[in-house]
Amino acid sequence: MSATTERHVGQPLRRKEDPRLITGKARYIDDIALPGTLWAAFVRSPEAHARIVSIDAGAARARPGVHAVYTGADMADIGGPLPLAWAPPGVQVNNPPHWPLARASVKHVGDPVAVVIGDDRYAVVDAAEDVVVEYDPLPVVTDPEQALAGAPFVHPELGTNQVHQWTLAGGELEAGFAEAEVTIERRVVNHRIAGAPIEPRGVLADYRAGTITLYSSTQVPHFVRLFVALLLGTSEEKVRVIAPEVGGGFGSKLQIYGEEIVACWASRRLGRPVKWVETRSENMAVTHQGRDQIATVRMGARRDGKITAYHVQIVADLGAYNMLLTPLIPSLGAFVMGGCYRIPAVRTDITGVFTNKCPTDAIRGAGRPEATHMIEVMMDQMARELGIDRLELRRRNFIPKEDFPAAVATGVVYDSGDYHASLDKLLEHVDLDAFRQEQARLREQGVHRGIGFSTYTEICGLAPSRITGPAGVGVGAGLWESALVRVHNTGAVTVYTGTSPHGQGLETAFAQIVADRLGVDPSVVEVIHGDTGTGPEGRGTYGSRSLANGGEAIVKATDKVVAKAAKIVAAELEAAPEDIVVRDGKFSVKGSPDKGMTLAEIAGVAYIGAVPEGMEPGLEETTFNDPENFVFPFGAHACIVDVDVATGKVDVVRYVAVDDCGNPVNPLLIAGQIHGGIAYGIGQALYEHVVYDDDGQLVTGSFVNYALPTAAELPSFELDHTVTPSPVNALGVKGVGEAGTIAATPAVTNAVVDALEPLGVHYINMPLTPMRVWRAIEEAQAR
Amino acid sequence: MSNRVTVTLTVNGSEHEIEVEPRRLLVHALRDDLGLTGTHVGCDTSSCGACTVHLDGLAVKSCTILAAQAEGAQITTIEGLGGEHSLHPLQEAFWNEHGLQCGYCTPGMIMAAAALLEENPHPSEAEVRRALDGNLCRCTGYHNIVRAVQSAAQAQAPVAS
Ligand code: FES
Ligand code: FES
Repeated sequence: MSATTERHVGQPLRRKEDPRLITGKARYIDDIALPGTLWAAFVRSPEAHARIVSIDAGAARARPGVHAVYTGADMADIGGPLPLAWAPPGVQVNNPPHWPLARASVKHVGDPVAVVIGDDRYAVVDAAEDVVVEYDPLPVVTDPEQALAGAPFVHPELGTNQVHQWTLAGGELEAGFAEAEVTIERRVVNHRIAGAPIEPRGVLADYRAGTITLYSSTQVPHFVRLFVALLLGTSEEKVRVIAPEVGGGFGSKLQIYGEEIVACWASRRLGRPVKWVETRSENMAVTHQGRDQIATVRMGARRDGKITAYHVQIVADLGAYNMLLTPLIPSLGAFVMGGCYRIPAVRTDITGVFTNKCPTDAIRGAGRPEATHMIEVMMDQMARELGIDRLELRRRNFIPKEDFPAAVATGVVYDSGDYHASLDKLLEHVDLDAFRQEQARLREQGVHRGIGFSTYTEICGLAPSRITGPAGVGVGAGLWESALVRVHNTGAVTVYTGTSPHGQGLETAFAQIVADRLGVDPSVVEVIHGDTGTGPEGRGTYGSRSLANGGEAIVKATDKVVAKAAKIVAAELEAAPEDIVVRDGKFSVKGSPDKGMTLAEIAGVAYIGAVPEGMEPGLEETTFNDPENFVFPFGAHACIVDVDVATGKVDVVRYVAVDDCGNPVNPLLIAGQIHGGIAYGIGQALYEHVVYDDDGQLVTGSFVNYALPTAAELPSFELDHTVTPSPVNALGVKGVGEAGTIAATPAVTNAVVDALEPLGVHYINMPLTPMRVWRAIEEAQAR
Repeated sequence: MSNRVTVTLTVNGSEHEIEVEPRRLLVHALRDDLGLTGTHVGCDTSSCGACTVHLDGLAVKSCTILAAQAEGAQITTIEGLGGEHSLHPLQEAFWNEHGLQCGYCTPGMIMAAAALLEENPHPSEAEVRRALDGNLCRCTGYHNIVRAVQSAAQAQAPVAS
């Protein structure tokens, strides 16, 4: 068998998903209506920390149209608290119970205390206001460093706010620092942000006669099914979870949320479908948030620029509870802590801390943006200290392309890379000499323009089980991916994937892959995802894993179909199966191209005619793909900013990105992912910040005070790429969903410092809001 | 509920009479009462624009007015702008230019862009960006949205050369 001549892979096909989305015909969670549906509204804590003294639901229950009000006590029959799926070998993780409805106490603003269920979406909100909860306020802690120092405790029974400690170390750290002629240390703060998909979460649970169907706006329907079954004490096959059209996730829908459990439980109790759609205010308060790390970062180097040691100590503010992967998230960054550089000794120490805030968990990049931000900011800081050009310093430390696959000090093996090539390509677009002249000229006019760079690599394609699973890092689930490829009677194809895309365009990308291999048009390949009632078990979409793992699973399943089809063709045409090739939409005999069969003809034999002796009828195959390694995309980004020194306002003037995500499947989708990723990173660097006051009150509770960038704040982005295939999968692909986000924050930050250098600002932490920048300028001037 | 008002709306060319609570938001009347779920809700502070529709020819955020306030109005939603076999140039352009990912902001974005092009058939990039600053997209970084709007402008009415 050889590859087909039809090349859809690599082409910028416009998306199969779009016709329903652009015409308003897609079905998101709130668009699904079932007869007899009841609405749910949650009563949420206004206190950041309190004992629940009493709950009086009498007035709420008495309102017309209200069917029930439930509290944590009513749900005493559930099988356990919400899950933490991370149990690293040898690491103790404090994990107090986190209930779908609070029991006895609340730990952060928005913690759910009761749920009101009734006929009408407006009326349940009214009724929720009538539930009277008496709270006995308890002392609050919101600063993670104070929380580590001692009382008050978020969970007093633990006698500590520490969640866990975890270390990843490789190489001789002390020897590395001893060899260093220059050592610098910075406090790098990576502030808390919200995932903020434009579609908030929502659930619709439908219990009937022993089975539960749960529609949920989730990235991980199979995980949700497992935990709904476990917590409701029902058998897994009795639960079907459907992720309908999902309006973005960014990690915030990679979770098992209490509302999913409550809706299923209440639907079973009431025998009616129960629906809840999150408001934006709820989303800002209770949908898990991300980042929130304070790191003490030490870097040692020789005078010639060789980095000899790198030590990162992170205090990670995990909020009030562990959720699905909460304490694991900072660890994901540890594997690529050394970035693109050959650093002989790298150590990361992580201390997780409880505070009275919303829990953190995976948000776009999950640990890797923090790691990249640190190393890329530190490279600029070190370059200044050494008096070496910052790009030259990077070049002197890059892992050379001859070294790949490259084992690094953190214990992982980078699959492939060519960091010099991406930086070279970037500099084809950015004329640095011209920029410096322009910068000098503008400074004379009072305009402070700066340029910042980041060269990054990241770890994605989450799998392989041997590293991510229980025996490795300790995630309680192997991370592989599945596919089922089904050829129908007519030669049309349905693909079932265990991934659960929510905007990435995988229906199109997967169809391209299958179409090439089967010699059909992508228009006759339909991709079904996000439904546990169809197709094999799956693991969902996050961590830029869907193409490298899910796409590869589809390749393998499709190749099995091709092999069977070839046998059918060989028997029909009296040739050897090895001599069958897919060419011009046909399975034909090598050397005699007009002798062949279309997929439709082959399917006709497989289902209607007679298959060769000893072969089962039908034409479909399933695979579970567990790759050997992660994939490591990389690239080089440059950002040019103007800083208004009178107000501290930063404007992004130009953003140029060169990315390498291996072989491209659909360049349109890749560009879209990078655009969105860059905007996400710029958003964090300049505008977004989840703020709690000292009493644990959420200051940024809506889109009025949580500033997402709009079109007016952002420039168009200039993209280019290099192609370094991954050796880990047959497609040669890497992931691209997080790359832009990972690369952008240090590029922006380094640009602001470059702009303000003449004013004496040499270092600054995000978010680079006007107030923060203005203060930095004022302080520098006062020195 | 006893306290109800009758509201007459013309939506996408057909007239509807609905009985609603006086406080019912137009967006819920469109979505839940008339089944036009293409108009979305992304916030509760009039910030995101996912709910944008045309009301008597103007782009409005349908989460920010009451159904009762729209009495007698002509309303166009994304479903009325163009369908599967009769795509509006903006729908076509969003598709061609990959101006959407999750699609949740898209109907509101397209409705806002359509109102812009009515007013300004050939907006510059800066004008497009300013005009859409009431519509949030978390997926696309706006890059391809802006390109889509500009390419629709070209398709709709080529600039005389
Ligand atoms: S839902 Fe109307 S502006 Fe957000
Ligand atoms: S396409 Fe997802 S919010 Fe715009």
